[in-house]
Amino acid sequence: MKWFDYRAPVSLEEALALLAERPGARPLAGGTDLLVQLRGGRRQTELVVDVKRIAELNALEYDAAAGLRLGAAVPCYRIYRDGAVLAHYPALAEVAGLIGGTQIQGRASIGGNLANAAPSADAIPLLIALEAKCRIARRGGAREVAVEDFCTGPGRTVLEPGELLVAIEIPPPKPESGAHYLRFIPRNEMDIAVAGAGVAVQLENGAFRRARIALASVAPTPLYAREAGQALSGRPTSPESIETASELAKAAAKPITDMRGTADYRRHLCAVLTRRALEAAIRKARGAK
Amino acid sequence: MQAKIHVRTNLNDEPVEFLCEPRQSLLECLRDILGLTGSKEGCNDGNCGACTVILDGRPVNSCLVLGAEIEGARVTTIEGIARDGRLDPLQRAFLDNAALQCGICTPGFIVAARALLDQEPEPGEDRIRLWLANNLCRCTGYDKIVRAVEQAAAQMQEAAR
Repeated sequence: MKWFDYRAPVSLEEALALLAERPGARPLAGGTDLLVQLRGGRRQTELVVDVKRIAELNALEYDAAAGLRLGAAVPCYRIYRDGAVLAHYPALAEVAGLIGGTQIQGRASIGGNLANAAPSADAIPLLIALEAKCRIARRGGAREVAVEDFCTGPGRTVLEPGELLVAIEIPPPKPESGAHYLRFIPRNEMDIAVAGAGVAVQLENGAFRRARIALASVAPTPLYAREAGQALSGRPTSPESIETASELAKAAAKPITDMRGTADYRRHLCAVLTRRALEAAIRKARGAK
Repeated sequence: MQAKIHVRTNLNDEPVEFLCEPRQSLLECLRDILGLTGSKEGCNDGNCGACTVILDGRPVNSCLVLGAEIEGARVTTIEGIARDGRLDPLQRAFLDNAALQCGICTPGFIVAARALLDQEPEPGEDRIRLWLANNLCRCTGYDKIVRAVEQAAAQMQEAAR
């Protein structure tokens, strides 16, 4: 790896000052993407700012009114072992257990998955479906961005130099709601999604009250398939409704052909995964009644 | 440019201090600075698990940790698995089951399996296979490795009774 400096600030103010003064700095959470990229020359930096000693980035707090506050550096293993996450956001616990393998989950964070902005990132479609928001700080200010607006291209985000993703906030689960993420990979684990679908549904009197659907690996960024989810509002939870949403998700996909799959195959997967993820989310919503 | 970083840590139950460059991985620090060459470099990008160490109770790829990050941490490497000159039950079970061929992946498998048995004394076969999915063996000895972990778990349960 090329030489870089390393700092491990213990306060958010100190970290934001470092990022403001050294615009080429990169925050380091779990390092499972960043260190690979620095070693391979795909990214360069003059300063690595280790953010794991900062309290705000390690927060994992649930409040029935405010929802979940997930610090951007919280590693996956803490997420899937957290009682509140398991009780209120089981799909988030499941997705934290899908990213990499045991050793990766000991370091990698959902915030890092988001900031790395891979089109195939497993956590991002689910976060979009769950209406998660990014809390972003800079020296002297802060802003909030919806997760579906955070990624701007492969490896690119709305973060400006000097800005830091501090936390992800997920609203409290609504009554009769359920969420699910499904991906297709040719192996059982430790692979990158050929395509993925994250969905969240809220039911009412045997019908969809509302639904949100997002897709992985079928566009330059994780893709919010707004129309596919909106088409379900007020419709019965029937195979026909689910088919309609699945076809709309397929139509929203803009995949490319690469070594993992052809564009046609990915479009086909979008429909299948959306249907199966919706069926699973409905089961969860009914179980959670 | 920053000078070398002074790192204080607990390595295999001993306090250790070393100097490293900010860019050096924990794996490089272990092998090249501290002379602990049991942890292996396979892929150097987090796929193969040959460099697995236990960091504050969690198995991690030491190639994806900077040496500077372990300030104040507790690290166990393959060199810390045997105690008082006696092999760990896992090491004995790997020998008994011939759960290795070339041996490059073995330290990583043993350290990762040790971390599993520390927190789950009775994992089933599926659990063992999923837990060890981040460890690759290209001599394709997975069945023997899984059997070795099962045997070690059973022996440790027996010894605890």
